[in-house]
Amino acid sequence: MWSFFHKLGSPPWLYRISGSILRWLLPLTLIALCAGAVWGLFYTAPDFRQGNSYRIIYIHVPAAVVALAGYYVMAIAGAVSLIWKMKMADVAMKACAPVGAALTFIALVTGAIWGKPTWGTWWVWDARITSMLILLFLYLGVIALYEAFDNKEAAGKACAVLTLVGTVNIPIIYKSVDWWYSLHQPASIKFTGESSIDPSMLYPLLLMIGSFYALFTCALLMNMRLEILRRESRTGWVRKLVGA
Amino acid sequence: MSAPGTLAFSGRLLRRQLVLALRRPVDIGNPLLFFAMVVVLFPLGLGPVPAALASFAPGILWIIALLANLLTADNLFRGDFEDGSLEQLLLSPQPLYISVLAYVLAQWLVTGLLLALVSPLFAVMLGLAGAAIPVLIASLLLGTAVLSLVGGIGAALTVGLNRGGMLIALLILPFYMPVLIFGSAAVQAVVSGMPAAPHLAILGAMLCLALALAPLAIGAALRISVDA
Repeated sequence: MWSFFHKLGSPPWLYRISGSILRWLLPLTLIALCAGAVWGLFYTAPDFRQGNSYRIIYIHVPAAVVALAGYYVMAIAGAVSLIWKMKMADVAMKACAPVGAALTFIALVTGAIWGKPTWGTWWVWDARITSMLILLFLYLGVIALYEAFDNKEAAGKACAVLTLVGTVNIPIIYKSVDWWYSLHQPASIKFTGESSIDPSMLYPLLLMIGSFYALFTCALLMNMRLEILRRESRTGWVRKLVGA
Repeated sequence: MSAPGTLAFSGRLLRRQLVLALRRPVDIGNPLLFFAMVVVLFPLGLGPVPAALASFAPGILWIIALLANLLTADNLFRGDFEDGSLEQLLLSPQPLYISVLAYVLAQWLVTGLLLALVSPLFAVMLGLAGAAIPVLIASLLLGTAVLSLVGGIGAALTVGLNRGGMLIALLILPFYMPVLIFGSAAVQAVVSGMPAAPHLAILGAMLCLALALAPLAIGAALRISVDA
């Protein structure tokens, strides 16, 4: 157990193991994504009220779920890098931010596209939408802070502190935005509750959520590999890898 | 010479910060002037209809207080970082938690407290209902203290960077949002005839949480910035 933990700190080992994980995970993810998309887009019944427009749920919900989870992955990686001074956790944290920001952005854009036919508007100041927008700002803040430092080691530590502050704050932000909404206007728009969804629509959705998690993992690992190569570009093993 | 006790030390630190601030009265006046000027922008931008201004007044006053706080956050540690006294503080045997609290308290006394005290003037100018003014002051007193603590985290993270100003806003504005929601909701509640106590209680809870955790984050961030 501990030797595994220590090996995680070694860039060449992580580079190798992530390469062999990606070799089967990436094709599997693509197959699952295609299967889920085809199942959801072609083989489920149209919604009673929303017709075919609801099908964007198969992109929208998975992106939103994984975007949220991604922040916690980033925060845990940040905590590990602060506590155990583990370089690879720092790499993971840095690699999380753009992936999470992209997923949050996808969730917001698909939400807007979905909102136009069903609610008649691109944007409403709904509690959930607003908190997703704030999540995007949190991701972008981490990226901006990292880029502002010239000393990348300090940048990693500073971002780790910021993500930890963010984890304490995310529940507060979510709760407060929820209350803000309920205080100002009656709940005129409700997202369909997950439990009220028909099983024939739920299963492809679950498959898509699973695929998006896998996609996140793939993107994270690929991003990490790039970052490892960038940081270790002066070491022998990278020179051998590139030169050979 | 024996080292002073923690309380005596932080008391001296607080006094030093206040003396430094009082020696430059213009710096104390600037946030208040900013407050006054931005208040003028709203009638100019939204139109001088009293009913409209009065209905937006809680939000307007709170947003301006938040921005005024944001503008002062950047300076919290900058001077001491540049002349090296921050490094001395980190090397001293005093608990960083308490020292950091002294910094934030000094900053709050010359910004948040003053903003809260002058806010009734601007509230009257915007036509806010008289009954809401005590709640406005109370919400600003509690809320700006949270803002100062959270702003301290941003200031500590960016103190070593030359281009801190814009970055600190991007980092801490998301964390300011809950405070804004409950601060303006408290004032709004009184205007619409509802009790403000729940909102003030939540602001108080946020202050407790921020008091407990923010100095830890500020301390960690200061060490990182000074090490860099």
